Amino acid sequence: MLNILRAGLATTIQDAGRAGWRQYGISPGGVLDYPAMFTANVLVGNAPHSAVLEIVLGQFKAEFTRNGWFALTGAGCQAELDGQPVWTGWRTAVKKGQVLSLAMPKRGMRSYLAVQGGFNLPAMLGSLSTDLKAGFGGFKGRILQDGDRLPLGKPTRTFDRKVGVRQLLWGNRIRALPGPEYHEFSRDAQQAFWRTAWKLSPQSNRMGYRLEGRQLSRESPRELLSHGVMPGVIQVPPSGQPIVLMADAQTTGGYPRIASVIEADLYHLAQIRLGEPVHFIHCTLPEAMLARQHQQRALDQMMWGLNED
Amino acid sequence: MLELEPPVSLESQQRIWGLNQRLRNHESVQEVIPGMNNITLILRDPQQNALDAIERLQRWWEESEAEFPASREVSIPVIYGGASGPDLTVVAEHAGLTPRQVVELHSSSEYVVFFIGFQPGFPYLGGLDSRLHTPRRAEPRVAVPAGSVGIGGSQTGIYPLASPGGWQLIGHTSTALFDPRQQPPVLLRPGDRVRFVPQQEGVC
Repeated sequence: MLNILRAGLATTIQDAGRAGWRQYGISPGGVLDYPAMFTANVLVGNAPHSAVLEIVLGQFKAEFTRNGWFALTGAGCQAELDGQPVWTGWRTAVKKGQVLSLAMPKRGMRSYLAVQGGFNLPAMLGSLSTDLKAGFGGFKGRILQDGDRLPLGKPTRTFDRKVGVRQLLWGNRIRALPGPEYHEFSRDAQQAFWRTAWKLSPQSNRMGYRLEGRQLSRESPRELLSHGVMPGVIQVPPSGQPIVLMADAQTTGGYPRIASVIEADLYHLAQIRLGEPVHFIHCTLPEAMLARQHQQRALDQMMWGLNED
Repeated sequence: MLELEPPVSLESQQRIWGLNQRLRNHESVQEVIPGMNNITLILRDPQQNALDAIERLQRWWEESEAEFPASREVSIPVIYGGASGPDLTVVAEHAGLTPRQVVELHSSSEYVVFFIGFQPGFPYLGGLDSRLHTPRRAEPRVAVPAGSVGIGGSQTGIYPLASPGGWQLIGHTSTALFDPRQQPPVLLRPGDRVRFVPQQEGVC
């Protein structure tokens, strides 16, 4: 068991999300920082897409009720295990009864905790991810609360030493492709989109990030019919303030799409704090596909390296 | 994404459903999302399959004319008016009809599920009688109960989950549209035909 002593602001159980249900209106969900989840899992010998805890802005405390290993990735939170410092990006041994505590991170927004053996919870529609909007999956379909007890799965490997890896870095320069309605925006709006230091509005969540900055005006009055949308798509509603769709976004939408964040750069958004600036960098489709391939290769190499260990 | 020339028609939407059924089981396809007059494809390995897929999509679209997807008829019991449908009178006033006439009109049409989106299991239904078209509420409700049957502009639909919403609520059904523990988890599928059946507890 992992006994949650202090659940924090919005800690949820997430994995790589549920695929195949969008045509029924069910969002894929899943972690916002995919590389951080992958890294945390492979450090403790879990399958790379196993469920982890997504912890928002630290302030979390949990007690382990058995010996084993855990790994923290993503935002560093001055973590301590019974008062001893815990390094982010490392695998750490834990003994029954020890307490892990996370403070507020100095940089970044989300930390990921993988426990050796993963969480022994029922998969819903093929995934352990918590869908907060529809209230299912994860632990009772909700944000974790103080006092929750999470059952752990059986470990498949044993380790004899702590090991660290180089985590993928994050930043605020995010590559994006022009969207299908890009050309319907005024020249001014197109330029403003790439030049503005967008600020993340407080009304941002796992469904969408609202950006504050310039107002983007569209020249065409054409009404769009509802179409499939996915994480990374940047919509511009009539207010002119763009919204980046995130993992829990609805499956269809009707606002014009000025651009789309490339898949390989989505994880940066997981770590941007409210009020922090974001810049979009123009990118091409071949570049986007190459970036995706490079990222997955880097993660796979990390996994192979750890397996040989 | 494959987008068709407007206007929206039932015939082209049927071709989209057919294409959906054909594509969803294809090995290089991860997901298909039918929309209104369009269809979105997510590929498993875009690096490998992107160009192939575009070509294949074109060809399959041209071949899809003759495909008729399986369509079911689903009856949904509805309690109209009162606490179950607080905006029934608003719709009636807007249409210049009595609440009873609104119920009669709403429950005498057969609706078609064009696609599912917005919420798990939320059907976009075509076929609302034009006399019942009613603008959305100026001030959206903070919480619309799950099972609410509403009208928003020229559309009618059912909220599978409690959520904020701006539609005019005319009734309520206790039929679950989404249950993640069931297989399949959603009641309605694109192409299904829906009838609303007024229950005695309400205005009917």
